[in-house]
Amino acid sequence: MTDRPDVLIVGAGPAGMQAALRCRALGLSVALLDEQGGPGGQIFRHIEHADQRARKVFGDDYAAGHALARDFLGSGTTYLRHARVWEVAPGPLVYALVGGHSRVFEPRRVILATGAMERPAPAPGWTLPGVIGAGAAQILMKSSGLVPEGPFVLAGSGPLLYLLAQQLLRVGARPAALVDTTSPGNRMRAVGPLAGALGSWRVLLKGLGMLGDIRRAGIPVYAGATHLAFEGDGRVTGVAFRHRGRPHALPANVVLTHQGVVPDTQLTRALRVPHAWSDSQLCWLPATSALGELSSAQGIFLAGDAAGIAGAQAARLRGEVCAWAVGEQLGVVDPRRRARETDALLRRLERWRALRKFLDTLYRPADGQRIPDDDVLVCRCEEISAGTIRGFVREGCLGPNQAKAFGRCGMGPCQGRQCGLAMAEIIADERGVEVGQVDVLRARFPVKPVMLQDLIV
Amino acid sequence: MSGTGFFKAVPALKREGGSVSIRIDDRACTVRAGLSVAAALLEQGAVRFRRTPVSGAPRAPLCMMGVCFECLLEIDGVANSQSCLIEVRDGMRIRTQDGAARLASMTEGTAP
Repeated sequence: MTDRPDVLIVGAGPAGMQAALRCRALGLSVALLDEQGGPGGQIFRHIEHADQRARKVFGDDYAAGHALARDFLGSGTTYLRHARVWEVAPGPLVYALVGGHSRVFEPRRVILATGAMERPAPAPGWTLPGVIGAGAAQILMKSSGLVPEGPFVLAGSGPLLYLLAQQLLRVGARPAALVDTTSPGNRMRAVGPLAGALGSWRVLLKGLGMLGDIRRAGIPVYAGATHLAFEGDGRVTGVAFRHRGRPHALPANVVLTHQGVVPDTQLTRALRVPHAWSDSQLCWLPATSALGELSSAQGIFLAGDAAGIAGAQAARLRGEVCAWAVGEQLGVVDPRRRARETDALLRRLERWRALRKFLDTLYRPADGQRIPDDDVLVCRCEEISAGTIRGFVREGCLGPNQAKAFGRCGMGPCQGRQCGLAMAEIIADERGVEVGQVDVLRARFPVKPVMLQDLIV
Repeated sequence: MSGTGFFKAVPALKREGGSVSIRIDDRACTVRAGLSVAAALLEQGAVRFRRTPVSGAPRAPLCMMGVCFECLLEIDGVANSQSCLIEVRDGMRIRTQDGAARLASMTEGTAP
């Protein structure tokens, strides 16, 4: 049964777990494959083992994941941990390495819930050891109880940066400073969308609470900083920036960076699904129906932040929407009931969309943090700078896929996960066209490193 | 700041649990069970996981969730393993990578 489940779900975050719960409730057999050792995705990382102390440090939103994970584990889903999905093909067929063994699945339907990743934001020195994502630091905190050692600085923009500062303060790890690159102009632009977000006042209050904790702790905040650069030789030793027209430099043993999160589109890009550039989220979004089915790969659905950033609670609703749609396609729900259920879910999603519109506007990463100067490395793997990419354009390169041929940009081990977005923006900027006019960087299967012997199944 | 690593365990979140013995570049050490290899190395004070094949620049983890490929290590003879996605196991042998990975299992014993 495991290899021919009714539904195969990729990802055990909020969207994947909620989709599994609904599919099981509809009587469908479900296999869920996830890369981690436990359920939760990144947002509820290590939730299975979170004790009272951890839940207090990480807050109510994190603790809410505990009940979801418990229900999921008890749902009768065939849950495969440490499973690395390296190809999804029309059919659908799913190829994965599970506990070191190659497996092929032939489910009737697939729901991809691969979530989000931190936006790679090329800046001078961002490849130095010790420059680490704020999300990465939060993962280390949740799953391993580790916090930065020595003086450390938070640098960048976005709610996660403030949340992390609050969580670090709760365990006695005090940031030396918060260098906030949020453009001051964003605030004015966010006034309009704020009205729509007021329905989510609880979330907004939580945000104010984070900022309050940072202020009360007396952490120096450099708001509206620009020209962020990481300094050091062999490892980071400091962070430099401009604030109110003056240059600043702070010593740091670790710098935690953040410029928001973007969908993880590796699988959908490898599936050659059309992707459209979102100017509000500054990332590529795969084309889907209203219920989440990929427009060019029938039977494969997309749920959660992988379909566009909307947050954990919206991800649950979108997982549920996909599950009802799958249920209708597999004949276990009649179309009228499905429509009634998904209409109600889509209405509830509107509130989260309105909140996201406000957050996207307020924390839109500054142009300088996405489109770097010539000397900054963009492709970390092949070590290709923004200047080299601009040189490709002058020689006639029209988009990221051609940049591969021009100079291997995006062809290292990370397969363009880190450079793809910046490359598209740099090329569009240099060509003087909209980003949507340069094509999305294609990914190729296998999207995870596998050994030759694993491909022969 | 030499001698200082990037991360340390914090008492408020540290859990009691077992430990496992691993080898990092032929140095034996005891680490907490349940940690990813990357987290275990960071707790041990590692500041360099590998040197890049292109320029030899030092690198260490950036994302801790499998999307940056900066934490690549040779783990039990398998080069380019994503150390943030693999849990430590007793007896594990870990090697930092210097430049391009050697294809150990393919070249061993065949060199002239």
